[in-house]
Order: sequence, then C-alpha cells, then structure tokens
Amino acid sequence: MKRFFLSVLTVVTLVAAPLRADVDIQEISSPMGFKAWLVEDHTHPFMALRIGFKGGASLDRPEKRGAVSLMMALLEEGTGDLDAREFAREVDELAASFSFDASGDSVSISARMLSENRDAAIALLKGALTAPSFEQSAIDRVRGQVVSIIGSDLKDPDAIARTAFNAAAFGDHPYGSALEGTLESVGALTREDILNAHRDTMARDRVFISAVGDITADELGALIDDLLVDLPETGAAMPERVEVALEPGVTVVEYDTPQSVALFGHRGIKRDDPDFFAAFIASTILGGGGFESRLMDEVRDKRGLTYGVYSYLSPREHAEMVLGQVASANDRIGAAIEVIKDEWARIANEGVTQEELDATKTYLTGAYPLRFDGNAPIARILMGMQMGELPIDYINTRNDKVNEVTLEHINRVIKEVYLPDELHFTVVGKPDGL
Amino acid sequence: MRFGLRMAGPVLALLAAPISAFAEITRFDEQVSTFDLDNGMEVVVIEDHRAPVVVHMMWYRAGSADEQPGVSGVAHFLEHLLFKATDNMEAGEFSKTVAANGGSDNAFTSYDYTAYFQRVASDRLELMMQMEADRMVNLRLTEADILTEREVIIEERNQRTENDPNALFGEQASAALYMNHRYGVPVIGWRHEMETLELPDTLEYYEQFYAPNNAILIVAGDVTPQEVKEMAERHYGPLKANPDLEPRARPQEPVHNVERRLVFEDPRVSQPYVRRSYLAPERDSEDQKTAAALMLGANLLGDGQTSFMTQKLQFEDKTAVFATAYYRGTSLDDTSFTTIVVPVPGVSLSEAEAQMDAVLEEFMETPIDQAHLARIKSQMRASRIYAKDNVQGLANSYGRALTSGLTIADILAWPDVVENITEEDIKTAMRTVLNNKSSVTGWLTSGREAAQ
Repeated sequence: MKRFFLSVLTVVTLVAAPLRADVDIQEISSPMGFKAWLVEDHTHPFMALRIGFKGGASLDRPEKRGAVSLMMALLEEGTGDLDAREFAREVDELAASFSFDASGDSVSISARMLSENRDAAIALLKGALTAPSFEQSAIDRVRGQVVSIIGSDLKDPDAIARTAFNAAAFGDHPYGSALEGTLESVGALTREDILNAHRDTMARDRVFISAVGDITADELGALIDDLLVDLPETGAAMPERVEVALEPGVTVVEYDTPQSVALFGHRGIKRDDPDFFAAFIASTILGGGGFESRLMDEVRDKRGLTYGVYSYLSPREHAEMVLGQVASANDRIGAAIEVIKDEWARIANEGVTQEELDATKTYLTGAYPLRFDGNAPIARILMGMQMGELPIDYINTRNDKVNEVTLEHINRVIKEVYLPDELHFTVVGKPDGL
Repeated sequence: MRFGLRMAGPVLALLAAPISAFAEITRFDEQVSTFDLDNGMEVVVIEDHRAPVVVHMMWYRAGSADEQPGVSGVAHFLEHLLFKATDNMEAGEFSKTVAANGGSDNAFTSYDYTAYFQRVASDRLELMMQMEADRMVNLRLTEADILTEREVIIEERNQRTENDPNALFGEQASAALYMNHRYGVPVIGWRHEMETLELPDTLEYYEQFYAPNNAILIVAGDVTPQEVKEMAERHYGPLKANPDLEPRARPQEPVHNVERRLVFEDPRVSQPYVRRSYLAPERDSEDQKTAAALMLGANLLGDGQTSFMTQKLQFEDKTAVFATAYYRGTSLDDTSFTTIVVPVPGVSLSEAEAQMDAVLEEFMETPIDQAHLARIKSQMRASRIYAKDNVQGLANSYGRALTSGLTIADILAWPDVVENITEEDIKTAMRTVLNNKSSVTGWLTSGREAAQ
C-alpha cells in the first residue's frame, strides 16, 4: 500500500536572532577566601557540585605513571572508620553520587546530592577528599582492575592508536603516555606513591569550584570551607610546556583486525590566541561533530568510506594540536586517508566560502544557548570556564566573538593553522597499500 | 572504582493511557501531558521551562525485531536513509536545516523501535515538525543512495562489532539464547544480509511501518501542551493512517529445555570472562510486578560495591576483578537476565563459572538484606528527582516504554510497583528465571585459556 500525502511544503530556514543563554552566575568568596561560581536554581531539591584541581595526571612523578589515576580511583574506597563497602553503603543510603576522574590537565570530583541530605553527603565527600584511607587491600584490588583495563587497551585498536600517536607527538612528557600507566609502572606503585599523588594534586592553590541548584551563596561558602579546609596549601610544580614532535606522513602499527583506525593531526593553536575563534569556526567547517562537515560529506556521504570522521582543535594546558579520527575497512582506509589529505590541502589553499562561514556562525551561535539545560551540565560548563581562565561574563560575549570573525580573517588564520605538509597519520590495523 | 567491560549493550544508538476521544489534553502531573491525533498518532509532552530548549522526537513502533527474515539490518538501514531526499527536500537538507537553526539531530534503532530527534531552540519547534512529517511519508530514495549508504552501515558494523570481540561474543550469545524470536538477530544486521539489502527492501519496511498510527511524538522542554497540540495538528494531523497496520505479533520463544554453552575464542581478547543469560519475562502493561522484582533482584545480586556478587567475589574470595548482574525489563517480548564474572589472573573460566553458580545458589538461600533493599528503593526515589533535571533523558525513557507495549499509566505506576515489592516477590521471580535450561553460558577467551 502506498500512502499519499501531497502538499506544497516550503521549508524555511528561520534566521532569527539567536537566543541568549539565561544563566546568572554569581562569583562567591567563602569566609576562608575560596572562590566559587554558583548558579542558584531552586526548581528541584538537589545540587550538582564540581571540585576540580589543575595539574591532574600530568603531575605523576618520574617512574610513577598511573599513580594519580589510581589514587583518584581509590578515593571512594574508604575513609576514617568506613571501609570501601561501608563508604558505598553510606553514599547509597543518602542517594548521593560522587564520581572521581583524572585527566591529563586536572583531577575532578563531580557530586550530586539531595538538599535534605546535603550535610551528611558533604561530610562523606570531605572524608573521601581529604582523609582517604588508601588501605593496602583496596589498593591491590583496584590495581587489579586497572591492570585489566591496561591489558584490554593493549589489544584495542583505538587505544593502540592513541598510545602510538601520543608517544610520537609528546615523547617523555606526561602527554606522551596513557595516564593509567603501564603494566610495569602500575604493578610497582606503593601506598607511599598513592599518598604522594594525593598531596601533589589536591591542593588549595589549584582548586576550582562550581555549584548549580538548590543552594544559596552563604550556604555554599560555608560548605566549601568545611570541605576543603584540611587540604594542603600547595601541591607539586606544574608540568612543563611541550612542543608537538610529530613527523609528517603515515605510520602503520600492524594489528590483525578487519577495520583500520587512523588518528591524524599536527600542532595547533592556543585557547587564548586572538585567532582562536576564527580557527574554531574553520575546524567546525572542516571536521565538526555533526553531519555538516566537509570531511563527513566527502568521506562518508559521497564515498561511503567510513561511518564517522571528524577533526577538532585540542588546546591543552601545555600543548596544542589539531586532531582527527577515522576508521575504515583495511582495503579502504588508504582511500579515506587520501580524501582527508585532499581536504586538508583544499581548505589550506582555498579557505572557506562566505556561505560556509555564515551557515557555521548561525549553527554555533544558535547551538550555544542549548547547552545550559540542567544543573549537572551547567556545573560542568562552569568548571571548564574557570579552568580555561575565561571571564565570568563569557557566556554573554561568546557569540559576539563568533560573529565578529570575517571571511578575510578566517582565511588568513586557516593558512596558519591547517598545515597539509605537516599532517601525520597513525594507522592501526592491516591496511592495504600503506 | 567503577569497572566496565567494553560490551555492546542490546540497544544500538546509531548516528545517522487514558486518552479521550476528542483529542483533549490529559495532564498526568506538573511535567507530563498527552493527547492523540485523529489519525492515531500518540503525543507526549514533557515540560521544563528553565532553558529555551526543546527536544523533538519521533518514535516508531518498529525496530529490527519487526523485520522480515532475510533482510536483517533493514530497519537501521532505513533510519540512515531517512536523511536522504524527500519530495520536498534534497538529500542532507534535513540535517543542514537543523544545523542552520542552531540545532543538532540524530536517530537510533533498536529491537523494538526506531527514533529520530532534534534538539533546537524552542521557537524552531514548528519547523522540525514540518520536516519530520514530510519524511514520514515523502521519502524519495535512489539506487545511488542505497549503494553509498550500504557501505556506510557496513563500516558501522566493522566499527561496532567486527573490531570488538566483546561485541561479536554478545551477538553469538543472543543468537543462542533466542531460538525463534528476532531478538536473536543483531540490530545492525548479519553482514551477509546487509551486503544484499536493496531499495525495495527498504521501501517495503518504510511503507509498512512509517505512518502516524504507528508513531509516538515526544516533545520535551520549554513548550506547553497546547502549543504542541496546535502545531502537531497542523503538521502531523493531515497524514493518513495506514489501515493495513497489523498488531505486533512476532514469533515467540518455545519452551527452552536445554542449557546452551559456547566458547568464543579471539586472539584480540585480553580479559577472559564468563557470561550467562537467562530468558526472562519483560514488563507487561498492567502487569509489571515480576519485572520490578527481577530488577530489584539484579540490583541486590550484582549492581555496585555493596551487591551480593561483588561482596563475595571481589571483596571476600578476591577471585574476580569484576562481577555484575543486570536485567533490562523494558522490552516488547521476552528479555534476559544476565550475570558476568571476570576472574582475576590465575583463576580459570571453569572456576569462575563454578563461583558464579555457587554465588547464585547462596543468594537464593540467604535471606535478603532488608537494609540493602531499603537503600535501593530510596535511591530509586531519589533518581526520580534527579531525572527531572534531564528532560531529554525522560523523553528517552518514555519513548522506550511506549514502544515496548507499555502505557503512560504503566510508567507512572512503576515507582509504586517497585516500592511494594517484597523479599518473597524477588525470590519467587528469580527462582523461575534462574533456570539453566533456559540459559546460555558463554566463555570469552583469547584461545590460550580454552584448555583449562
């Protein structure tokens, strides 16, 4: 049966003025002098809280790779009189949730708690944060889990590619190795190493705080002081800057799997560079996350060479890159890489068009306010802004910065940021003809 | 710490009640309202006015388990093809228009549903409805679309499944568990059938299932039910119902009377483990008690640090790196209850399986820890408060439930059903399900452990 429905549909693109995100951020200063960003919203009786410390897993001491990551995984494994199971039981009892994460540039705690249980939840979190037990039995048990993950990564094409690519780019710098560590380094970690990792990373001179939800400024100030008062004043010195050392061309890591994975990139642009927004728009046009990028159009939609291909700017604390990823069957990855190289050269040589620039501005400025829709996402964004040293009014000025970029500006910046002669590919698989 | 295996769940997320007859709006609580259109389309509105954002979702009561034999993957293939041309729009124009309006869009397919969604500023909602209504009935596919997009879904299978031994293992285990039902066939399709999917296969599925009387519209965010009703009547109202739509009566499982076992060897496996799935009843409309008992049972047995399996195997015996149990009750037909034990180095899979059996037996013989059960129930109460913070998540859970044979009344009744479950209910439900004759036990190994 064929249904029929005939109508003259005119699909109009409404180019109305984009919305402004209505997010009222207060910067508060606690009685002890901690700064925090707060969005008060009493709609639902709970709060999302984030505590972040700059430095993170890159503060691993020499030969101790994996210590910070393992330390963070151990924070929920007991404090004071509570062992791991009792701690979990208490958290469950309060229907709170805490998650502890390590990344290359920070360690962070993300928590949510009902207003009715806030004091008890904060007391538990304080114990985990400032007085973790790090019992040997917990260290051994969690180490076993980390070792299992490291073992799996050694046989996972994506992880193999990431490891090889980062080693080629950053060598001995912490960015050059996986923050989980190696089987050898993690196997050798002692309780002393974990205690050092805790002292090195979680200090008052590098902490950032954001809170969103059912709490007032005064309540938050008192809560922060209570939570953080026992942390040391200062931690380890921050890591050094590192230059990207990738060689142009293709490196193949042989691995017996049907689909090859390729990571690609070269040096990039700093987040605080005056040209950053121009580069960011260019990056969205070339390889942005949706269906609209040049790479998706050329590699997937026109040629069917992959399920997904993207590229993006990666401005980190101590180095900047332009990065990308694609996966294609072993007999097709060569063709996918050729198309990517061609697109890299095309954007570098010809720049982008006014039409692409306008469409991407509309997309980026329209999409921006849509991010701020819930306590947890707003708390995450506020943390990112503080770590990135963005001003508190950034949300209101960000779209203007996107709109200010002209065609002339973006096409000048593209020539400086996209460097076809420097593009490196790390390919993992059994690629034909590479 | 939390430990996860890279395992493909049964739900592929892929890129690419009481209703009056007069289309009146029925409001269930401060957040949720519903109404029907005359052509049979069900509409659910979930309000959250804190940010000027709306999520517009179209759910079809059709997934991979509704496919005909021989064309596995066609439901998902069609999902990709819905981004191609219609009578009114060019290929790619849908997503391009969403992006030009500052929105993002995507779609996903599972066994029981296919869903399309856009996340946009709330003043762009009507445009989304106009375009979604268009592609429900006006798709215009070409041979060239088929050829190129078929390569894309095969690369998608490569990425999700062929490159991941955990996913290949899970696929084989499901195929062994379901002897007659289409849940035994992967959502993305068997590779050899995907390679031969043709234009008529996709059109046949489209014409059968894409119709307003087989669709559920869910709009969540900064919008009122009255606004949604006016727009929906304008854009979806004129679409004709498919009078030939049949009830979803898919081939059901026979009585299972033999235990099935498999050993999956792949040199890419680093961490061996044993996994057992039991056939289990799903949530049924107005009959959710058994499912609620099984969900609580799975939580008590194997969810988190304080669960029975974790305590025994990770903390006391120290023989497992990780142990878990899970049950997914939201499903149109029979679902599964699964337990997994990942042994520490030096413990063989046969030992791990023996420990799994011993723990299950001990769990069934030990009185349930009432404090633990109370904690799980109080967490579930809290999770309903947390859930209100994420309307897109709420929209997803409504969509999954409504395409799995449940009603809004069932969804709203669920917390009370869970609250009233007793130890006796849990033990009774689990005793029925934990029957090895309706189970599949699988070992995943790199090949070296197989001799153990």
